[in-house]
Amino acid sequence: MIINDPEKDQEIQANVRTVPGIITQRGCTYAGCRGVVLGPTRDILQIVHGPIGCSFYAWLTRRNQSAPAEGEGNFIPYSFSTDMQDENIVFGGEVKLKEAMREAFEMFSPKAIAIFSTCPVGLIGDDVHAVAREMKEELGINCFGFSCEGYRGVSQSAGHHIANNQIFKHVLGTDNPTRKGKFQVNLLGEYNIGGDAFEIERLFEEAGITLISSFSGNSTVESMAYAHIADLNMVMCHRSINYIAEMMEVKYGIPWIKVNFVGAKSAAKSLKKIAEYFGDAELTAKVDAIVEREMAKSEAVREAVKAKVEGKVAMMFVGGSRAHHYQDLFEELGIHVVSAGYEFAHRDDYEGRKVIPDIKIDADTRNIEELEVEKTEDAELWREDLVAKKAALEETGYTFADYEGMMPQMKKNSLVIDDINHWETEKLIEFYKPDVFCAGIKEKYVVQKFGIPLKQLHNYDAGGPYTCFEGAINFYYEMQRMLDTKIWKLVDAPWKSEPEIVGSMTIEA
Amino acid sequence: MFENAPIIKSTKEFTATRNACKLCAPLGASVAFKGIRGCVPIIHGSQGCATYIRRYLISHFKEPVDIASSNFTEEATVFGGGANCDRAITNVIGQYNPEVVALTTTCLSETIGDDVKMYIHDYKKNSELKDLPAFVTASTPSYQGSHMDGFHEAVGAAIKAFAKGGEKGTHINIFPGFVSTEDLRQLKYLLSDFGIEFVMLPDYSETLDNPIWNTYKRIPEGGTPVSAIETCGRAAASIEFGTILNSGALSGRVKNTKLSATGAEYLEKEFEVKNYRMPLPIGVKNTDRFFNVLEEISGKEMPIRYLTERGRLIDSYADGHKYIFGKKAVVYGEEDFVVAMTTFLDEIGVEVVLAATGGESGNLEDQIRANCPERGEQILAKNMFDYEKIREWCQENKPDLLVGNSKAYYIARELDIPIVRCGFPIHDRIGGQRIKHLGYAGTQDLFDQVVNTMIQYKQDHSPVGYKYM
Ligand code: SF4
Ligand code: SF4
Repeated sequence: MIINDPEKDQEIQANVRTVPGIITQRGCTYAGCRGVVLGPTRDILQIVHGPIGCSFYAWLTRRNQSAPAEGEGNFIPYSFSTDMQDENIVFGGEVKLKEAMREAFEMFSPKAIAIFSTCPVGLIGDDVHAVAREMKEELGINCFGFSCEGYRGVSQSAGHHIANNQIFKHVLGTDNPTRKGKFQVNLLGEYNIGGDAFEIERLFEEAGITLISSFSGNSTVESMAYAHIADLNMVMCHRSINYIAEMMEVKYGIPWIKVNFVGAKSAAKSLKKIAEYFGDAELTAKVDAIVEREMAKSEAVREAVKAKVEGKVAMMFVGGSRAHHYQDLFEELGIHVVSAGYEFAHRDDYEGRKVIPDIKIDADTRNIEELEVEKTEDAELWREDLVAKKAALEETGYTFADYEGMMPQMKKNSLVIDDINHWETEKLIEFYKPDVFCAGIKEKYVVQKFGIPLKQLHNYDAGGPYTCFEGAINFYYEMQRMLDTKIWKLVDAPWKSEPEIVGSMTIEA
Repeated sequence: MFENAPIIKSTKEFTATRNACKLCAPLGASVAFKGIRGCVPIIHGSQGCATYIRRYLISHFKEPVDIASSNFTEEATVFGGGANCDRAITNVIGQYNPEVVALTTTCLSETIGDDVKMYIHDYKKNSELKDLPAFVTASTPSYQGSHMDGFHEAVGAAIKAFAKGGEKGTHINIFPGFVSTEDLRQLKYLLSDFGIEFVMLPDYSETLDNPIWNTYKRIPEGGTPVSAIETCGRAAASIEFGTILNSGALSGRVKNTKLSATGAEYLEKEFEVKNYRMPLPIGVKNTDRFFNVLEEISGKEMPIRYLTERGRLIDSYADGHKYIFGKKAVVYGEEDFVVAMTTFLDEIGVEVVLAATGGESGNLEDQIRANCPERGEQILAKNMFDYEKIREWCQENKPDLLVGNSKAYYIARELDIPIVRCGFPIHDRIGGQRIKHLGYAGTQDLFDQVVNTMIQYKQDHSPVGYKYM
């Protein structure tokens, strides 16, 4: 926990194990791998190898959307599991896994099958990678496994890394089509919750920017296979996906930039940054026109809503990027973010990438393979042109491969908290008496018991999209709905008026 | 959003479970433990299990659900989870000052063979704390049974841990099974109206369905106190809802676990507390059965209020049955729930064509035959079914109605079949935890809903917007 001072370099403790018995909102490695990173890809058939719960709980809970073309497969609505029984635990589950893969192949003829290991599997020693190799041979399609057992890491974050590694190893670069457009980009770390990616895609299309692949909102395994033909990688959620961006730069020379499409001004800035990268007059003109048109629309709503909500106080504890990105939206409405933190981020997400060399490597980090990536030997694939472009742009002050983290943007004396637990949540609410709290479903009803509205920023409470300009408008209205309602007045929160019905209700736990 | 869900090419028996119609054992155990007063459950395993389970329960109950985890690391999986278990207990005591700490195991801790009972024994021996909470543990690997097996295992574990014998009293024990918080409240009103003293286990009617608070309560009020559970051994009788219970965890297993008797079975064997086992009281027939037993045990007559409720229910059957008579329904979910719902639907003239569950007891078919003597033979009753099998079956057989939790919504949507949401989990509606199923009053609600759902379907698909029936 840190009292922020943007002027100074402060060190926060992050990505360390949660203490047993302390109720955390963090999930497991498997959740980060299967649920977050791979989950949104519609045409990889994903089999969870383990007992039933792990698979059931990851079944369609993140509200990722996808838009398959006519006749194209979409496995997102499915949850496949080997549903291990005790005989599999005692005698091993590889046979059952293979059978399940054959069956899935026969049923759906998918382009690829991914296998996810859960805790008991790691323990009994089933080798999912060997099974994947064998089945790849037998079925003639790409098969790959993930050793993403829940105990492997501190949080979901370990699973993101494992997912990045395996996609890089087994999918990326396995196809080499010709160019698909003049300005080719990949979008990394955008998961299309509530249709967020659709908003971005619409604007790209209008501007003439070709989205080669997305990791992984509204994505396909095919597009991931040729993602290396892109001219630029854009990173939204730094935490979950920076590994692929880094590895692609080393291997193919494709530079990456940090973008943010949450918040109208941020979206405008990001679009302009892309135009600046390509340095094409026509593209720049198109982007400028889009920004001007869309800003006019969103500004009108922003001003109307701002008049009603300005000066309110917000707190947010989400994920590995949203607790930062959404601050832009709150700033636009004049709402103060007094405290924020991530659930599963690392120090660089707070303090910026400059601290990466100083981050201590602990046992949990060592658990995850660091891929040794080398420059490709295929001269056709190595993008010397982009390397030169990057160098030239850097001269002009354009920043690549950088993320400043959340802390520099936050106000002096705001509170930054990593992996906030229940106890801290309660204390903070009592102290700050915020008007709105942003987190997920696990905190939702705790916070609302205090008479404070909670906005889910993991899955948006069935709302969204919130990206770009239309998304900003949606969010402005959502804040108006949440902050301007009368129902909280009925709740009679203790600090808002003298409680009338004390007595039986004020029993301290 | 999910257009183009692929069409399945074949319908043979499958190895993989595709969209399971069951959840995992520690989830059920956690719900049961939440029904003990002042209890904080700890799931012994990696933190993901606890987080996922909390998330699922929270989205159904729409309430804070605090469940701790012992947060296994890779090291713990190698050297055993004893140290993690200790730390978790100490921290839970420090933060919550609970009356009871309940440990439930996971696939992981069971696979490595952690002996939680021994950990607790040692913990108690070594602890410097004076007032230690009471402890209870349930063995709940999910590769042996579903969430229902976990639920009953936890209830049984609590009884074994706390119930004592002694001179017989006049109170009764009631084991309601996994029903809604509103069902639990209804049962309590009903028993009080009857003038019967009772111990209900579990009772999460308040702990998982709280009013808005003036001051935040780390441990919500309500639940059955340990002192009450202690008296279960001296009760005049037990009433246990459900006839399949945890038999799924016992069928054809390789690994011998401690999974065994239900709470009521144990009390009957150990303390000679007579057990009245019966299906969940849904529908007139099964609710009559329940009231008969209450009259028999207490020697009192059914309070007039319930007689009127019953009369009103049958009156509404007379008014509404023609809208649903002969309609074909699919019922799915937990085994005992499926048996009771099928019996009710059968009673009102809805033809249940498929009764399906992910549960593993192998007894579903027998129980359905026994409870629906006339049509039982024609009902396809399936254990170990998943939602994809239900979907394939529906594609072919075009039923008129789906009855069960919200997980089959995607089937309803794709095939345009109306769905009546009940049971667990309800994730796509508000108030799922408050759905009333039991007794004449619960049946009344369900009946109205079934009839109105059919009427609405007809209305929506009619070329004329009739607003009169
Ligand atoms: S490992 Fe077992 S207990 Fe944990 S979520 Fe998976 S099925 Fe449930
Ligand atoms: S068993 Fe492991 S992989 Fe499965 S939910 Fe629990 S922590 Fe995650």
